[in-house]
Amino acid sequence: MSVVPLPQEVRMPDLSRVALVDEVGVNERAARFQTRSIKNESKVEALHMILSMIDLTTLEGQDTPGKVRQLCQKAIHLHDAMPGLPHVAAVCVYPTMVGEAKKALGNHDINVASVATAFPSGMAPLQIKLEETRIAVDDGADEIDMVISRGAFLQGEYRYVFDEIAAVKEACGKAHLKVILETGELGTLDRVRRASVLAMHAGADFIKTSTGKIQPAATLPVTLVMLQAIRDFYYETGRMIGMKPAGGISNAKLAIHYLVMLRETLGNAWMTPEWYRFGASSLANDVLMQLQKQASGVYQSADYFSKD
Amino acid sequence: MSTESTKLAFNDGWQYAPAPESTDHISIDEQYGLFIGGEFVAPESGRYFETVNPATEQTLSSVSLASAADVDLAVKAARKAYNGAWSKMAAADRGKYLFRIARILQERAREFATIESLDGGKPIRESRDIDIPLAAAHFFYYAGWADKLEYAFPGRRPVPLGVAGQVIPWNFPLLMAAWKIAPALACGNTVVLKPAETTPLTAMKLAEVIRDAELPPGVVNILTGAGETGAEIVNHPDVNKVAFTGSTEVGKIIQRSLAGTDKKYTLELGGKAANIIFADAAIDEAVEGIVNGIFFNQGHVCCAGSRLFVQESVAEEVVRKLKDRMETLIVGDPLDKNTDIGAINSASQLETIQSYLKVGQDEGAEMYQGSGSLPEQGYWCRPTLFTGVSQSNRIVQEEIFGPVLAIQTFRTLEEGLTKANNTPYGLSGGVWTDKGAKIFKMTQQIRAGVIWANTFNKFDPTSPFGGYKESGVGREGGLHGLGAYLKLET
Repeated sequence: MSVVPLPQEVRMPDLSRVALVDEVGVNERAARFQTRSIKNESKVEALHMILSMIDLTTLEGQDTPGKVRQLCQKAIHLHDAMPGLPHVAAVCVYPTMVGEAKKALGNHDINVASVATAFPSGMAPLQIKLEETRIAVDDGADEIDMVISRGAFLQGEYRYVFDEIAAVKEACGKAHLKVILETGELGTLDRVRRASVLAMHAGADFIKTSTGKIQPAATLPVTLVMLQAIRDFYYETGRMIGMKPAGGISNAKLAIHYLVMLRETLGNAWMTPEWYRFGASSLANDVLMQLQKQASGVYQSADYFSKD
Repeated sequence: MSTESTKLAFNDGWQYAPAPESTDHISIDEQYGLFIGGEFVAPESGRYFETVNPATEQTLSSVSLASAADVDLAVKAARKAYNGAWSKMAAADRGKYLFRIARILQERAREFATIESLDGGKPIRESRDIDIPLAAAHFFYYAGWADKLEYAFPGRRPVPLGVAGQVIPWNFPLLMAAWKIAPALACGNTVVLKPAETTPLTAMKLAEVIRDAELPPGVVNILTGAGETGAEIVNHPDVNKVAFTGSTEVGKIIQRSLAGTDKKYTLELGGKAANIIFADAAIDEAVEGIVNGIFFNQGHVCCAGSRLFVQESVAEEVVRKLKDRMETLIVGDPLDKNTDIGAINSASQLETIQSYLKVGQDEGAEMYQGSGSLPEQGYWCRPTLFTGVSQSNRIVQEEIFGPVLAIQTFRTLEEGLTKANNTPYGLSGGVWTDKGAKIFKMTQQIRAGVIWANTFNKFDPTSPFGGYKESGVGREGGLHGLGAYLKLET
């Protein structure tokens, strides 16, 4: 059926048409990905891919410029004892650390991502969120990870949430916008799907599961629902949206199953750091240990891998 | 806007390396005798036939061809056991033997799963995660009933029937053996069982388990052979109960031959299940259910959801998603842990399926198949869809027993229902909608023995299974499954 294309402007989607989600079915499908057995060369390839997709993250109240510099060093030099490794996709820090991170990363092709909009709760007035976003971008952030107003979303104030995302997107300028749904606070997969649709229509470049501050953070079922929303949005608009599961993915095996799910839901086009990220702090070292094991046949002590 | 160029790509990029289950841990004898009276014995005829691995076409073993004389020996052994130790034993002790079989099956699950996939072609993921655990579950479930039969049928006195002759199909070899043997023994009967010609090996292994579990000799006898052997068992005058799972065609022959005898019987026959997707269903999960409904076990499933009815407003979306999903189904080595669709069970079944693919195209339907590569050796069929079909197409009316789905659309609930019921079969059905009321309305009116709502192909020993119309007579599983092996005296 051919229809006249509407002008590409930001438009609130018709949420009554958002696909329904059956939780039992989603859990079953997600579990199925975990039965895939990834071995040998496919495993090595996957581990490299995972490293290149990591947003190496530190988001603590006790972060210091020194810690951020260390993180950036790690981002560039994951494990120099093992030649041929990729570097991570980005480092993810608080807005006050953006300048420090930018400086430490120098000319390396690693983005600085900054959380903004009163992360992690999002409980601040809109103008403060916008100002925070602009400051982070001005300081050099290439990517902004915003949080949605879950309170408003759960109250059914979808228009408010939509406008807020659109406003933050505008404040981002050239910076890419990742929209954190904080799925652990949304309660149902139907709401996850609805929030995904809302965020994508409002201008998100990426949708992201969690802040990492709330449990549960990323899970396979939640991520599956978001990937399905991305796929349907792609079919509807022709636009690709990126996906970032964050929080709780701390070992290589689980990360590989996320990649299996990505491959079988969105296909190969998404399997690059441009379209897929892992938000994680401890995942990289487990991946490095697994790579070491693949190369040498034995596990090395965790002490051989730098913490930051 | 969505255009032709808006398409997901699944074929290039990162692929899964082979991850085959090893076969070091199993042992298959070069030749198997018949399991009669607790021992493996050579067939009277002296004849054997080969069983091949459908994925490689290589011979795995040779098994005995049981003749009328062997069937007679087996029935005599079963009768002797029935009159002897088995009927005199305390019911709780019968249960103990069944528990023992269940536990040994669990302990040797990996071995059974591997052999099931080798002999039958089904993916190891299914034999490992579904067939073998469910087979053990059936033994556990009926073991528990053995000493509680009087509570199952209050006010009646349950009496075993005697010798049960059981003939099972090749699609779930061990599981069907468990479905048949477990309730028969729990109710105090003895058994002569014939596995299918193309999949005898796990039955032979089960015979070993039964021997190792030290069941009294003759309680379970397992005879290998082809259709003639099955007929000899069904028609043996000293068999009291016949249980058959297989084609409707053979079921009709059996029913004819049983007419006028006082043999009790249950028949699980063919199916052409309707899987009905309403526009208000969770579409992504429904698509998964469609895939599971028709491509599970290469479509060699009597309750497969082989007729898909999609409400017209979502038909385009559903078909597009199905096609995307089919691109990610891996067809190949059944022993590979990543295989989704294994080998077609036999050369003759492949021929049948291929003839239907031709019939479908000749009838003017549009055929679509997944694009993945197939191994060179062995019997394979890509997952296949037919669109542009109607109720009068043969591929809609006849059971294909392969990974072939016929898709139609409907507008109203009534239309969907009418089309769903417009079939001589009535084994199973599926309904997908977010509305509970619609589920109840549909499930009350679909004429089928099992109906799944928002899921498909779920099995449990506690749930009865069986058909309406030409899909069969009687129920297996659950409490109903006990009744099929008992005379209930007042």
